[in-house]
This record gives sequence, structure tokens and C-alpha cells, in this order.
Amino acid sequence: MSDTFEFTPETLEIAKGYIAKYPEGRQASAVLPLLDLAQRQNDNYASDAVIDAVAAMLDMPRIRVVEVASFYTMINTEPVGKYLLQFCTTTPCWLRDSGEVVDATKDHLGIDFGGTTEDGLFTMREVECLGACVNAPIVQVNDDMYEDLTGPKMVELLDALKAGRVPPHGSQTGRQTSAPIGGAQTLTDLDFAKAD
Amino acid sequence: MLQDKDRIFTNLYGLHDPGLTGARARGDWDNTRGLIEKGRDWIVEEMKSSGLRGRGGAGFPSGLKWSFMPKEVGDRPHYLVVNGDESEPGTCKDRDIMRHDPHKLVEGCFVAGFAMAAHAAYIYVRGEFYNEAAALNQAVEEAYEAGLLGENACGTGWKFDVYVHRGAGAYICGEETALLESLEGKKGQPRLKPPFPAMSGLYGCPTTVNNVETIAVAPTILRRGADWFSSFGRENNVGTKVFCISGHVEKPCNVEEAMSIPLKELLEKHAGGVRGGWDNLMAVIPGGSSTPMLPKSICDDVLMDFDALKEHKSGLGTAGVIVMDKSTDIIKAIARLAYFYKHESCGQCTPCREGTGWMWRVLERMAKGEAEIAEIDLLLDVSLQIEGHTICALGDGAAWPVQGLIRHFRDEIEHRIVGRKSVAVAAAE
Repeated sequence: MSDTFEFTPETLEIAKGYIAKYPEGRQASAVLPLLDLAQRQNDNYASDAVIDAVAAMLDMPRIRVVEVASFYTMINTEPVGKYLLQFCTTTPCWLRDSGEVVDATKDHLGIDFGGTTEDGLFTMREVECLGACVNAPIVQVNDDMYEDLTGPKMVELLDALKAGRVPPHGSQTGRQTSAPIGGAQTLTDLDFAKAD
Repeated sequence: MLQDKDRIFTNLYGLHDPGLTGARARGDWDNTRGLIEKGRDWIVEEMKSSGLRGRGGAGFPSGLKWSFMPKEVGDRPHYLVVNGDESEPGTCKDRDIMRHDPHKLVEGCFVAGFAMAAHAAYIYVRGEFYNEAAALNQAVEEAYEAGLLGENACGTGWKFDVYVHRGAGAYICGEETALLESLEGKKGQPRLKPPFPAMSGLYGCPTTVNNVETIAVAPTILRRGADWFSSFGRENNVGTKVFCISGHVEKPCNVEEAMSIPLKELLEKHAGGVRGGWDNLMAVIPGGSSTPMLPKSICDDVLMDFDALKEHKSGLGTAGVIVMDKSTDIIKAIARLAYFYKHESCGQCTPCREGTGWMWRVLERMAKGEAEIAEIDLLLDVSLQIEGHTICALGDGAAWPVQGLIRHFRDEIEHRIVGRKSVAVAAAE
């Protein structure tokens, strides 16, 4: 498979904006933002050519970029499906039965962690704490967190994605972000809100 | 219970406009120039007397930390770096601040940055918080357009820039020096201290690293006064705090409460109580995964603050409260945390790199009873060989939950080992 990569004029502009955030001579600071930008342009895959392009743009030795790419879990040094499903199974999610969500997905898609469906649509990955623990269990689909999941809700989500629909992310039980189920018990007596 | 009028994060749940118009209606950016005009020393002193302690886990006095920055700017610029790499299991408060109340953080960057004579702040946001970083970026853009940031921030004549930087998935980058390494474009491997960041931090320049919540509460403290903030909670443990309540409660949630609130009250008033009632409680991890668990007997009357939890050999940490009811396989729960630390160890120090994996493997066996009684003390001993013997606190954070398990649930581990042995004997007969 030939592996080529070139920033498009649009992503090149964005890349320049990223580099400009850091002082002169400190452009290596932009390595993660650029790897992220480049892999987005490349079907979410930081291929060898992506790494070469980032190294060239930042004037970094290739090995330094490889080192960074392999250290951070979100830089995909292997190809992934259209929807990267990241399952949090760390203790707070595990206590809220992330296991059921994982099993339902494995059964429904016929793949395991690390696997990609034959149609290239889904990749399953086990990840550590995603930082949304009061809405556990959580699955991150590409950039979006799907929260308060159950096995059946997860299957619904997968079927929607298969059908080409991306359901609204956030709580899947309709709850207001991190407020308790049934609605906020605090922040109900606020002067600015009365003026709304 | 804390009253709404004393809550800082009035859009915690995102019910209102997170943008500049909404933020202004909630009191953000209200005469920021007036705060700046009171001067650097006033800001630092006011923060010191407010008693605010860092909200990222270590609880170091914030005003004191700011005062460690060099008084005069030499040939190296000063930097404020904000730690938004929120990844401690059980913790999800900075997420709400960044997506729902981002202007509090952006304004806080300016005020805190000015107090330490910095002209730039970098906010390091964990990579998975894509939408949160977008909300924060939008707030930064709005602030520039309104002249609140930039060459003449808030009309003060002080140049101030705020940059949002996304990470890419690594718990260790929440450790301040690993975060700086990452921000410089390297692997997130912690640095030896000293030199401390206030002397040599980002790009070798004087730097202060603060948690998102710490910076975001600063403008409100300065407006309402140190006395107001320190009127909540017990001495040395003052203020309000965003608690994250996860696990086996009826209604998991985030909530801002007064420090030193009793744990039981926190869970029952805000999170609907323990699933199946208070008597169904087995244990609570009070301050994020690194803090040792507390059994129900301590949870009955413990207060949620730094000192009270320290007395019980645990800690407030990030105030990520993980609740476990009696249905919990408590050994498995800690084994899963051990796996987390094994996965997240940066590999730099031998005790942590080797020890985290070793502890995880032993705990997995213990969860099935496939161990010897003597291995419990061996496990404890290994945890003590990791604790305090590594460059950063990840090793400590990996050791403490294991120590908490053994301290309070040794009989459960023994019971499981003995139970399995007797089954094996019976099968052999």
C-alpha cells in the first residue's frame, strides 16, 4: 500500500495557526496538535507518511515524532475504522456495569478489543478513565462522549451509526449533563437566571 | 448546605449560555480592570488570605505557590500553565468548568497570570475533551474580540494571551512536570525536582502550574473577598469545592458544596444516597483513585476536607468520590485501578514501571483467591517499596489504593484465599 501524505491548503493554514501559538524556535510544541490534525485528514491514521510530514514541518528528527506518536494513546499508529469506539472500563465505569456495554458491543459487532469490523466501520478499543465518571458508563465515539449507557442503548447507538445517523452525544437517558437524574437540585435559585 | 448565592460555578450543568454574554450575566469579567489595578501584591496576598488550596489533588496553598515566582521578570518570560488534563479516575469537574463556565477560567488566567507577571497562559486540556476544548477556544476567541485579552487586556495596558493546547491521551501528563514536557512536544515523562517550575518550568522559564478549578475560582474570590471564601469549611480547609460523586449512588452527579461537608450528607443530599440505603455501603474512595478507600465505619461521620481525610490515612485529592455498595467485589475494584496505573506508568522509574504491573497481577490472582496468605504482606511490602521511590507521585498513587484495600479489607482477601483452598481440598478428597 502506498503511503503518501500532504497537508491540504486548508489544514496547512490550521497547522500554521497551531505553530504560531508557541514562541519562536519552540515549534516542537505543536507536535501533538499537528499529529492530531494530520491523522484527521488521513482517516484517523498517523501513518509513516503522516509522521514524516509532521517531522518535516516542525524541523524535528523523525525519531522524536515517532517517540511522541507511540507514547500517546490518541495518536493512531495503526489504521482504525470510521468510528473508533473507546470503552472506558476503569473502576468508576466498571462499577456502573461498563462490562455489559462492552459485551453487548462484542456480541453485536462480532469483534473484540483491538478489532475492526470487516466493513471498516467500527474499531473497538479499551481505554482508561475518560473523565466523565458521574455519567458512567461511557463510550467515546471519535470525538464525542456517549454517557449513561446500557447494553441495549449501546446496540441502538451502533445501529444508528450503521444506518449513517450520528445520534446526539452526551447522556443517553436524557439527563442534563452532570446534574443528578431527575434534574438539578442546586443552582435553582439564581438571580441572573430570574432575569432571563 | 451551601446556598446558591455562594456557589461559584453557577452554570455547572450547562443550563445557561456558556458564551461571553451569558458569562457576563453571571458576573464574570465584571470590572476585571479594577482587580488588576489593585496590583500584583494585592492579588497574591488576597489569594493567600483566602486560604485556597490547589484543587488538582495535592492541596498546596495557591497564593503561596504564586508567590514563589520571581518578583522581577529577568531575561526569561514568566508563564502560567493551567492543568486541564483531568484524568484521575472518579474526577470530572474540570470538564464541566471548561464546557459550561469557560469564561471563569479564561478570566482567571488573566488575573492569575498578571499576578505572577506572565504575559501568556497555556491551558493544557486532555485530548479526549475535544468538545470541551472547543468550548474553551470559543471563550478565548470571544475574550480577544471583546478586548479582554490581547495587547491591552481589559484596558489595563497589560498584554495577555491565552492558548488552548490539547493533549493526546496520557494520565501522566496531569503531573505538572510531565505536562510541561508534553507541552514542549516531548513524551510526558516527569522531570526531577528541583529545579521547581517556578524557577525553571516551560521552556526553562519561571512557570506556575495550577489546576483548572483553582484558576477558575480566583476572580470570584478576589471580587467577593478572601473573608467570604474562607467562611466556608473548617480552618485550613476552607472554601467551596466541586465534588464528583460516581459509582453506587442513586443519582451520580457533580455538585459544588462547602468544604468539610460530612460525606454522608454529601451523598444523601445531592446524590440520592447509596444504592439500597446507607447500610448497603461497603466503602468509598473519597478523592479520586489515588486516595485510599474508607470503609463504611469511617464514612459514617467523616468530613470531606484535607485534614479530616488525612487523619484516616486518605485524602481529599480531587474530590472525586467513588462509592461502592455491598455488591462490589472490592478486590477486583482495586485490581482494576492497579491495571490503570500499570497502563499509565510512563516507564521511567523502575519501582513504578515494574511494581505497578506486579501489583496488578497479584491482585488479579487475589480477586480469585489464587494466592497465599503470606502474599498479602508481600503485596503491602512491595507497595511500600514503590511509594516514595519514584520521580513523581504516580507511584504513590498506585501504592495507596492497594494499601487502603489491605488496611481495611484484609479479612476479605484472606477469606477468599481460604475459601478457594477449602474448595480445592474438598475437590481432592
